[in-house]
Amino acid sequence: MSETTATSSGSVTGAEIRLENVTKQYAGQKVAAVGDLTLTIPAGEIAMFVGPSGCGKTTSLKMINRLIEPTSGTIMIGGEDSRKRSADELRRTIGYVIQGGSLFPHMTVAKNIALVPKLLGWDDDRIKKRTDELLDLVSLDPSRYRDRYPRELSGGQQQRVGVARGLAADPPVVLMDEPFGAVDPITRQRLQDELLAIQRELRKTIVCVTHDIDEAIKMGDRILILQEGAQVAQYDTPEVVLGSPANEFVEDFVGSGSALKQLSLARVDEVGTFPQTTAKIGESSAEVIQRAQAAGHRSVVVLDERNRPVGWPWLRQLKGEKIVQSEHAPDAIDRRATLNDALDVMLVNGHGGAVVTDAGGAYFGVVDFTSVTDQMRAMQEKAHEVSNG
Amino acid sequence: MADVATAPNAQADARERTGRKRGPKLDAEQLIELFGIPLIVVVGFVAFAIWRNTATLDSVETNALPWNSIWIQLREHVVLTAVGAMITVVIAVPLGIALTRPGLKRAAPVVVGVANAGQAAPAIGLIVLLAIWFGFGFWTAIVALVLYAVLPVLRNTIVGLQAVDPTLVEAGRGIGMSNLMVLRRIELPLALPVIMSGVRTALVLLVGTAALATFINGGGLGGLLNTGITLFRFPVIVAAAVLIALLALLIEWLGQVLELVFRPKGI
Repeated sequence: MSETTATSSGSVTGAEIRLENVTKQYAGQKVAAVGDLTLTIPAGEIAMFVGPSGCGKTTSLKMINRLIEPTSGTIMIGGEDSRKRSADELRRTIGYVIQGGSLFPHMTVAKNIALVPKLLGWDDDRIKKRTDELLDLVSLDPSRYRDRYPRELSGGQQQRVGVARGLAADPPVVLMDEPFGAVDPITRQRLQDELLAIQRELRKTIVCVTHDIDEAIKMGDRILILQEGAQVAQYDTPEVVLGSPANEFVEDFVGSGSALKQLSLARVDEVGTFPQTTAKIGESSAEVIQRAQAAGHRSVVVLDERNRPVGWPWLRQLKGEKIVQSEHAPDAIDRRATLNDALDVMLVNGHGGAVVTDAGGAYFGVVDFTSVTDQMRAMQEKAHEVSNG
Repeated sequence: MADVATAPNAQADARERTGRKRGPKLDAEQLIELFGIPLIVVVGFVAFAIWRNTATLDSVETNALPWNSIWIQLREHVVLTAVGAMITVVIAVPLGIALTRPGLKRAAPVVVGVANAGQAAPAIGLIVLLAIWFGFGFWTAIVALVLYAVLPVLRNTIVGLQAVDPTLVEAGRGIGMSNLMVLRRIELPLALPVIMSGVRTALVLLVGTAALATFINGGGLGGLLNTGITLFRFPVIVAAAVLIALLALLIEWLGQVLELVFRPKGI
């Protein structure tokens, strides 16, 4: 088994957010939309706000960047009262990502991303450099996408640009309102993984509203489960929320199948990967087969010139003289993908395992079914320990 | 006229269906309009010129249709239309913007109602009434024309701004744009196609109504028409009607070109 590599992560660039007795009372409504919410989100963490619709999670989010002004209470960002500056100035230092990306349709991708840097008075060279950098960060080729209009992009691509726009001016705090609600499940999963990879580097403070408990479990360092009136039902790490729900409401909300949900908590990295014999396109098949047999492997992973997996044939399938590109590239998963995603891939590919790639899409190793089930059992035991005190 | 506001959406759908990528590309109907109308106008005018120079007209008719007075009236007509349109836009667009801001939102139906009434009033009556009030002349005619043409621009400005996706407005506010910036950089560009289609409707209304300006000494091709009617000379009546129709077609075409030119890329 290869070394389980420690997560490489950048230094924290986020800022702590503190809500103190924050209340939002709309005129003419008996019950406060948000009643006396007190909460600390540590710098560099992802806090997921979840709850049934109408519980005040979005209102709470929008009070942080003052799109909604609290009726009473204080919100401190990086130790500074958010009312110290004008709302417009404050918002330029807080990233904002909305469902579907909410890109401005009459502006190109580059112009959409450049909006906040422009508002902050950056010069053109710096803006251009930053735009390309961000497009790279969200896995969109700048030369191909910067001059496109939003309607020429797929939903997932639009959402990526939306994330890039939120990060444009390198804000310490990023607010996300159901960021991946409008894309299909597969794209959503990929976007979630990408955002987690980005977050590992940037370590922003991210506050994200979602109605999807699975997304919250997967993405959150902490989960805030809200009841009506933004009453905190539980605010803790996903492990604790799953392992020992604070009350019946949380239990119901988290729902059944918490063992399966815990699959979203562990990542392929933590299970560890095996090295598999690899082969480059164009290599001699005989040599490759020899190498694989020496290592005791029955299949090889075929890589292209950029080390990306493009095939995963059994040895008996290597009939030609040279290694050629397989018809179907294997469904590779990111190192940071959850066990849930890994299991999903394994169940369909017939290898009882999955090819793992690093953030850049280059081959990293192979993860197999047994190690996943072992990990599941270990987690189950741990969860029981937690819930039994 | 209710379809004025929805037309751009229909066009957008059509664009969507043909799977076009970028830039203001056109469907067959638009292409025909865009290139066909100028052709019709040119052919029509050449035919008129040939008829005017070769037809046997009696002395009354010849005196009623001298080239130089045709040119003068044509110019007056164009000036009436253009000045009327400019003032209409200057009044109606800011008013429409104001009526979609939070403070004045509730006044919108009232103002649109008044503007509706203005348009429902018979144009000829409006012109004559105003003449009694302000006196005869060009500017009185302009006031009447503007009253008449304000409604479509006003209504389309309001509808266009209201149709802007509120999440985009919130996105703009959320990333730190001021209200004014959101209006200028997001709401107005996105509403522009709808506003321009209102301007086009206004232009067509103006070019037709400007023919009535002659009754209060405001000039325009109505003079020729009026002469023909008073003298009971059919060739003059038809000539005037044809000229007004050609001009109306040309202005309508211009409105369409403006619509295309002002349509923001990407939508």
